[in-house]
Amino acid sequence: MPAPASHARRLPASPGQAPQAEAVLTMLMFALRRILVSIPVLIGITLILFVMLNVVPGDPVALMMKEHASPEIVERVRAQMRLDDPLVTRYLSFLGNALQGDLGNSIKLNRPVTGLILKAFPNTLMLAVCAAAVSWIIGIPAGILSAVRRDSLVDRFFMGFSLLGVSMPIFWSALLLQYIFAMQLKLLPVSGFYGWQYLVLPAVALGWSSAGVIARLTRSSLLEVMRLDYIRTARAKGLHETGVITRHALKNALIPVVTIMAIQVAGLLSGAVITESIFSIPGVGRITVSAISSRDMPLLQGAVLFTTVLVILGNLVADILYSILDPRIRDQMGRA
Amino acid sequence: MAADPILSVRGLCVDFSGGRGDVRVLDDVSFDVGRGRIVGLVGESGSGKSMTALALMGLVPQPQGRIGARSILLDGTDLSRLGPAGLRAIRGRDIAMMFQEPMTALNPVRRVWEQVGEPLAIHRGLGRRAIRARVQEMFELVGIPEPQTRLDAYPHQLSGGLRQRAMIAMGLICEPKLLIADEPTTALDVTTQSQILALMRDLRDRVGTSIILITHDLGIIAEMCDEVNVMYAGQMIEQADVFDLFEHPSHPYTRGLLASIPRATGARVARRMPSIPGMVPNLAKLPPGCRFNPRCDAVMPVCRRHAPDLLRLGEGHVARCWLHEAQDALPKEQAP
Amino acid sequence: MMASLADTPAAAAETLEETSFLRDTLHAFRKNRMAMVGLAFVLALVAGAVFAPWISPHDPYRVALDDQLLPASASYWLGTDNFGRDVLTRILYGARVSLVVGIVPSLISMTIGTAMGILSGYVGGRTDFVIMRLADMMIAFPSLLLAMVVMYTLGANLLNIFLALALVGWASVARVVRSQTLALREKEFIEAARANGTARVTVMVRHIFPNVVPTLIVLFTLAIPEAIMWESSLSFLGVGVQPPEASWGLLVAKGKEYMFQAPLVALAPGVAILLTVLAFNFIGDGLRDALDPSMKD
Repeated sequence: MPAPASHARRLPASPGQAPQAEAVLTMLMFALRRILVSIPVLIGITLILFVMLNVVPGDPVALMMKEHASPEIVERVRAQMRLDDPLVTRYLSFLGNALQGDLGNSIKLNRPVTGLILKAFPNTLMLAVCAAAVSWIIGIPAGILSAVRRDSLVDRFFMGFSLLGVSMPIFWSALLLQYIFAMQLKLLPVSGFYGWQYLVLPAVALGWSSAGVIARLTRSSLLEVMRLDYIRTARAKGLHETGVITRHALKNALIPVVTIMAIQVAGLLSGAVITESIFSIPGVGRITVSAISSRDMPLLQGAVLFTTVLVILGNLVADILYSILDPRIRDQMGRA
Repeated sequence: MAADPILSVRGLCVDFSGGRGDVRVLDDVSFDVGRGRIVGLVGESGSGKSMTALALMGLVPQPQGRIGARSILLDGTDLSRLGPAGLRAIRGRDIAMMFQEPMTALNPVRRVWEQVGEPLAIHRGLGRRAIRARVQEMFELVGIPEPQTRLDAYPHQLSGGLRQRAMIAMGLICEPKLLIADEPTTALDVTTQSQILALMRDLRDRVGTSIILITHDLGIIAEMCDEVNVMYAGQMIEQADVFDLFEHPSHPYTRGLLASIPRATGARVARRMPSIPGMVPNLAKLPPGCRFNPRCDAVMPVCRRHAPDLLRLGEGHVARCWLHEAQDALPKEQAP
Repeated sequence: MMASLADTPAAAAETLEETSFLRDTLHAFRKNRMAMVGLAFVLALVAGAVFAPWISPHDPYRVALDDQLLPASASYWLGTDNFGRDVLTRILYGARVSLVVGIVPSLISMTIGTAMGILSGYVGGRTDFVIMRLADMMIAFPSLLLAMVVMYTLGANLLNIFLALALVGWASVARVVRSQTLALREKEFIEAARANGTARVTVMVRHIFPNVVPTLIVLFTLAIPEAIMWESSLSFLGVGVQPPEASWGLLVAKGKEYMFQAPLVALAPGVAILLTVLAFNFIGDGLRDALDPSMKD
């Protein structure tokens, strides 16, 4: 028998050391590194956003206030927004203030943008969480069933359904649901936000399209895994097919699905812009749309920045989750 | 053949239905495995040796593959009459299997001990603590150094040799009557290869497990096996005691295999599949007559018309070749 | 045609190979029933959009206040909207906008994305780093919001929709093309061209580009429905096509005010979007399977 040490590749140096502690440390290091990497992306995005919003041809204040405002008010707002400073100075102070949680004042409402967004955010969050729940509750079982009963009628039905889901614009499926369940069947309220029943239709409308994506991904991922050798090993142990799927295939197959869920944040938050305006839910998405129509630049800037940061956070969480779920990636990250 | 064998296979056939109709990938395969014996299945890739193993386990790819047999007696139980549940109860408990590539045959996201001990949970209903203790014993038995530190490892954290030892531990954990090892050392380097083979021989001597060893390497056969079955294009073509086979190879194919092993010098480095001119025939387009006739150096006219049966040449020695038929017993040229 | 091309043996071999590749692809594509259905639908739609003035039964802009919000009938197959205009006619004219908006920005983003991707993958180094970080940012941005910001800044009109959607779309094309370029770089024929001292631009244009074309065709077909979806969302939110011009998204937005009295006004254009997006997706999937089976999930 050769020396034991030659067999060990990446085990802790001393056998007594708890592998768990090391794993946690590796994970933290990876998370930290991953956060550091997304900082430049974040700064780049604020720059792009700032430049795009601040090169609007014409005077934004005059444009927004039209001819109603007196010259004094225009002057006050201009000074407040420091429109006469050079672009670079304005960007740096915008960035500095944003870091301290100050996104400026809404021109239209003359109130701090941060406060407006934070007040609206719980509504958006609730909508997004419910929509995500809808998409997982439909998408994952549909995907699993389709994979297990591959090429059956069930499979075709779910895959056809999911294709419909991804090919339908959200605003249209929202209107359709509104028409059928609120206007015709009168089962649920048409719009507004005064209780849980107001969330049902928006959440289904929003969750529907990502349910299709998740079902497809779950299916293809599970089919992929079911072809692998260790599935044959599990069968060779005498495990019944349900056990093979739940104990051996599912965890591996769902890893990519789980990470898609975190990336899904982008789709849900974009979709919220549409859903919130259709169902009149006072969330961040509706703020974005109304900021555009009232040409309230600081409010738009704040809302878009807020949403984008959330999306980047979602991607971050996806990456970290991936490394937690897959021990192979975890070790790779630890060594990188 | 051995009296009171542990396994006795008669008339095993496997058919695959595909786009161009059915293909018979295993044709009327019969063989015995004596108690405590190591029996080799040898042949080129595509000869049906791995398919034989999968068919014994009832693990032929579904839904394309269909298994049929006159009888598959495992210690008196006819596996060919068992339903899916009956076969599941046999798999992992009475017949265990280990595969060629231990990296892919182990689930990457589950700890080694859980996987190695899983047959105990399936067939004996043991609890986690008992399983863990038993896995540690098995790790000691198969020579995994510092077993307690390896229990919680993930497969990728072990070396190839350790993974294959873990696979052996998994196979033997329920003390099966029969272990099927499908190319167990092909993926390993030469040193590790001989360690694993020594371990298997040692375990056979100590535990008394009967082993079917599938390989394309006649060197391993000579080193390990008591009896040998040579397969070609889905058929058994020669069966003999290992000494008998190496002394008196009777099928031209077996002779070809043996002729290309470098002998005597001890420098048995190139243990490759010897080169017999031609290729394994496509099972969908078999030549008429003997399946080996296009590549045979002793081909006779009869070989191109009529398929030979297995002929008894001596005690436990059979070969599927017209060369050994008495001249007057050969089929007439005009025969059907 | 083959005879004129096949003057030299080398050219003959090349032509032969290309035609057989093309023929194989076409054959595989034709066997895909869903793709053929999609193609038929798109062709019908294109014909409908081009010949809208001749085949549509009504004037898309004529206001007839007596005929407001009529239900479906023999003369108005899908009813009328709040100005008494024929919904079917509006949808046919809307197809013009939606098809153009599907195709033009996709062309722009494909062009930018291909150039960036090949440059990034082939040149590597700092160029690669800069382009890819830029693409990272674009991809990190939620597409709809990015497009909305562009529309806010530049103003809502068709040209700016092209720009906004091209800006949203190029980065993912660049990523795919870059990874293909990286793979191609290692191939013998590229190495041979480099060893011969062929200029970098020539290698990129003459050797790399032709090899990414099949992928580009697939990406392009799949970019069209996506652009149609984005445009309809932008128009729905009021930052896309402006009235009296009609795009499908805008038709839905305007129609939703009258959902209760005349649901078809809002819902029918949505069906048009759904069917068109489905049709392009079918074609795209069919092309992908025919051109490059390895791309299949």
